[in-house]
Amino acid sequence: MGNEQAHVIPYRTLALVWMALLLLTLALWGLSRLSQRLAVLGLLTISPFKAGLVLYVFMHLRYERVLLRTMVFAALAILVIFLALLFSDIPFR
Amino acid sequence: MSEAAEFDYEGAKLGMWLFLFTEFMLFGALFMLYGGSRVLNPEQFHAASRELDAGLGVANTMVLLTGSLFIASALSALQGGRRRAARNLTALTVLCGAVFLAVKGFEWAAHFRHGFYPNGPALKGAPPGRALFAGLYYLMTGLHGLHVLAGMALLSVLWFWLGSGRARPDHFIALENSALYWHLVDIIWIFLLPLFYLAA
Repeated sequence: MGNEQAHVIPYRTLALVWMALLLLTLALWGLSRLSQRLAVLGLLTISPFKAGLVLYVFMHLRYERVLLRTMVFAALAILVIFLALLFSDIPFR
Repeated sequence: MSEAAEFDYEGAKLGMWLFLFTEFMLFGALFMLYGGSRVLNPEQFHAASRELDAGLGVANTMVLLTGSLFIASALSALQGGRRRAARNLTALTVLCGAVFLAVKGFEWAAHFRHGFYPNGPALKGAPPGRALFAGLYYLMTGLHGLHVLAGMALLSVLWFWLGSGRARPDHFIALENSALYWHLVDIIWIFLLPLFYLAA
């Protein structure tokens, strides 16, 4: 067994992403204290961005082959399509 | 053919991702259930969310994010040949999971004292949207909590494997796949925080 090749991410990069994630969490909290509308705006912008950072760096997608990246993108796209269908339906009943 | 020639690193990782896709869809369905219920009961969701302490939610987010930093660093350490550092970082990640669950436990205990549970004193007779919020809150954070527990169990096994050499610098797929699972659990919480604590 063995002989696995991978891109080793430097600690520094990981720490920077971690700090960005903490700051974005605080920003989201701050926005939510200002108003309900801003809180929802944060939910729709900051949270997906944070998830993207985790996927892209912590989960190594940035360094993966095209096949895997395409699969992850397709799975998430399908989820977004489901959500879009839901929100184009229920609010207008 | 030797074992080394048969081992398929890319295949092992792809398999883990396929499993993670099923997790996306599991929680995705619950997010949709939440979304639909919330559109139909906006005021009651807002009122019910006052029971939750945003500060605790934010603090717990930071605990999980720190766990993610530790396990991502553990993988980098192992790939760089530092097995002992990888082992210690894995233990720290499990510790983060334990802190997260402890905080969650205190939160749930407080909710129960306040009668905030389906059919509890605080919700009986209240508009049904509030009980719906409470039900979704317990279902989604509870299921997420079980995932944290599973991640801790997985990483505890990895802690032993890093000690025995079953996970080592030239064979790190088990740690990599377990780390992927931990990060997924982190991503789910990234969305649970605003849905329940901040933007309800």
